[in-house]
Amino acid sequence: MPLKTTATRGRPRLRSVLSLHGVSKSFGAVRALNSVNLEVRRGEVTALLGDNGAGKSTLVKVLSGVHPADAGELYFDDERVSITSPAEARELGIATVYQDLALCDNLDVVANLFLGQEHGHLTLAEEQMEGQARELLRQLSAKLPSLRAPVAGLSGGQRQTVAIARALVGDPSVVILDEPTAALGVEQTAEVLNLVEALRDRGLAVLIITHNMADVEAVADRAAVMRLGRDNGVFPIDSTTHEEILAAITGAMENAASTRAARRRSGGTGESST
Amino acid sequence: MSNVPATKPLTPGSPDEELARGLSLRGAAATMVARVRAGQLGSLPIVVGLVLIWGILQSLNSAFLSSRDLVNLATEMVPVGVIAIGIVLVLLVAEIDLSVGSMSGVASSILGVGLTSRGWSLPVSIVVALAVGVVVGLVYGFAYVRFRVPSFVITLAGLLALLGLQLHILGTGGSINLPFQSGIVQFMQNDFLPPLAAYALAAACSVAFFGSRLGLARRRRRHGLPARGVLAIAVSALVLLVALEAVAWYLNRARGVSMPFVLFVALVIVVDWALKRTKWGRGVYAVGGSVEAARRAGIRVSLTYLSVFVGCSFLAALGGLLAAGRLSAASISSGTGDVNLNAIAAAVIGGTSLFGGRGSAYSALLGILVIESISNGLTLLNLTSAARFMITGLVLFIAVVVDSLAKRSRALHGAA
Repeated sequence: MPLKTTATRGRPRLRSVLSLHGVSKSFGAVRALNSVNLEVRRGEVTALLGDNGAGKSTLVKVLSGVHPADAGELYFDDERVSITSPAEARELGIATVYQDLALCDNLDVVANLFLGQEHGHLTLAEEQMEGQARELLRQLSAKLPSLRAPVAGLSGGQRQTVAIARALVGDPSVVILDEPTAALGVEQTAEVLNLVEALRDRGLAVLIITHNMADVEAVADRAAVMRLGRDNGVFPIDSTTHEEILAAITGAMENAASTRAARRRSGGTGESST
Repeated sequence: MSNVPATKPLTPGSPDEELARGLSLRGAAATMVARVRAGQLGSLPIVVGLVLIWGILQSLNSAFLSSRDLVNLATEMVPVGVIAIGIVLVLLVAEIDLSVGSMSGVASSILGVGLTSRGWSLPVSIVVALAVGVVVGLVYGFAYVRFRVPSFVITLAGLLALLGLQLHILGTGGSINLPFQSGIVQFMQNDFLPPLAAYALAAACSVAFFGSRLGLARRRRRHGLPARGVLAIAVSALVLLVALEAVAWYLNRARGVSMPFVLFVALVIVVDWALKRTKWGRGVYAVGGSVEAARRAGIRVSLTYLSVFVGCSFLAALGGLLAAGRLSAASISSGTGDVNLNAIAAAVIGGTSLFGGRGSAYSALLGILVIESISNGLTLLNLTSAARFMITGLVLFIAVVVDSLAKRSRALHGAA
């Protein structure tokens, strides 16, 4: 079987596949990431939450090698690594599905799945690729109208399916999904979330960036919250309430408006001091 | 994959409904209608257009579809047709080469001067002319990749520069007659397949088609994919055989199947194969579809652009050599006039999209067939070139409108 899961690779099965310690990244004077810690585990879906500008996208870019980190340590399978280019990230086994999917609309599903990593030497081994594509999509329980029609004709959810399946062609152990459901309707969102569960059941570590709390409730095992470039806590979904997570995202307990309101309630001195 | 825990039952059967449907005849027809509705037109409009044009011209002048005229047509279209193959390449990556006419003119004049005043042998002249084509393509490709100048500006500059080069090469005379016994002149004017060889070639093509389709079906079955049965393949090979033999028979009633025509069709088939079945070709389509996606997928985009510009200029030079052979002359008017526009129009009329990523080498063949048919037919009707230009322009306009409408329809049926 050419498409192996990480479990068949023969390495010791470590629970934590990718961990970050004190990762920082600045763009000029702007500190986009400030000493961030994060752990991504095998067979688990970790949701990365945060308001706009919290540093989620920057973190993804650090992990996928688009923007290397300035400081901090990255461990992959307990080995210290540095990721300085997208190619290095891919070689380590970190696959990223970007928000814009990066599909070629004029090519068919099979061609998109294997784009840039086609089988065959000079000529394309189309049948081999198509066979593997079918097998892969079958394992993901994905339904597509045709593997040989241009992806332009597919729905948003189906296109997302193709993009996610493409991430799996390189046999990764970590899959990062950037806002996979942002542009999708209810039914298509469900389709994609099923797919995310299928990835987890294959023993992959999934990091899903999202704004949608419903998605988090539905598939995530843990929620890692970022706020203003720092990590603001990791919450197991089972034992945390919605409100606690939202509070961590918005920083409700420390935000100016709520402090003012609290002060007003407790004494009434707030009126004159502001 | 037996150790993968499955929480959901796996979908039974194939994830590929359309393919399974397409194996039956009615299913295939339904699929085709759906695709056309969604703007995946392929070469359907051009085939319909060609039948219309032939019908109209034949009803106006019964000599139009005569064997003698078609034999002439088949050779006449070769030089510009070869240039149009190159245009297809650049259009596939959503670029353009406006200088193909001048490039062909330069190649013509190199051949003329080489064979006459320089006294080079024919192979040397041909190699020099083609090498100049490759160099020009490299310059275009480099300028595009390095400086990001839009290709239509680069090649517009190239058009002027090459025109100057052509005048310089030809010198004061301005016109050179090629020796009539020269190989390339004989090839373009008098080289025909013997009747029996034409029938044999048609048969060989059908057998090769049958063999390759059979091999494809066998490989598909080996990988557990649905494939067409032997009978279905045999039937389509038989249809092809009858069609090709009919063409051979009809042309054999006059002078026969010309060698330049065979060369042209062979080039089309080879380029189409390279585009569809090699990694290079996949890269060309990917770049035309989405440069950014191709780059992120690890395709070397710069090399793809470079190869396409080189291919286009090379084919333009080859077209120029064939044109010189056809006219047995090279002059300051070689490659000027409507050569440029006809080559670009042929690719577009044949169904290659101006927006990149859609089309095939066959559109050069179909497109040039339309253009030359109109030109031939109107000449037979004793119409002036004024009318010819206007009608060709109209057909090009219709082709571009169809392309745009198809693009809009694709956008309506899910992002294009």
